[in-house]
Amino acid sequence: MVAHCLRGLPDEACGLLVGSYGGDEATHIFPTANAAASAMVYEIDPKEMLGVDRQAQALGADIMGVFHSHTHTDAYPSPTDVAQALDPGWHYVLVSLRDTHPVVRSYLITAGTITEEPVEVPGLAGPGAGEPEGSL
Amino acid sequence: MAVEVRLPTVLRSHAGGASVVTLDGSTIGEVLGKLVAEYPGLTGQVVQADGSLHKFVNIYVNDDDVRYLDGLETPVPDGAEISILPAVAGG
Repeated sequence: MVAHCLRGLPDEACGLLVGSYGGDEATHIFPTANAAASAMVYEIDPKEMLGVDRQAQALGADIMGVFHSHTHTDAYPSPTDVAQALDPGWHYVLVSLRDTHPVVRSYLITAGTITEEPVEVPGLAGPGAGEPEGSL
Repeated sequence: MAVEVRLPTVLRSHAGGASVVTLDGSTIGEVLGKLVAEYPGLTGQVVQADGSLHKFVNIYVNDDDVRYLDGLETPVPDGAEISILPAVAGG
């Protein structure tokens, strides 16, 4: 996930989390193209989204969240992110590439209210890797 | 003609928790009309009051986005798989 975000520079990068909807663990991560091809905004490529949904279905799982990078700002949902966060059951993961070490944080966004949740990213160490609790 | 409609997670609470529903209809508009008739909580969530597709929703007949076909008039072959997916974006 972080590598996909780094490869996407200078644009924002994005992808989908697959697992049990409403659950705490993404069992699969699917990087997708940023159809907006922009350093300011992202859009999951709709056709890739269909493909990921089909793969999730085959796994007996669902798309249960989305990740995207912020290239020059905090790993915190922007007003645009909040306005376009449609699913209160999804995990919204932000990867900030502003500093030397990528920072990963995760949020639930319900009716415009942002709630941070602990996140663990296997293989990502260092500052901002999140509290070692839960799993994503 | 019976078709299967896969619902996105965000809409399932309005459809009794179902992920896939089987409906009849010869066009996307007809199928979505049946969907809303069966689950009134979905009113306005997929098709807006003015009859246009909601901007945050993409609908596929098999592999094809209906926006690039005939929209709600897009014919639905028997046994087609219809997927309703959220448009996912942010800043």
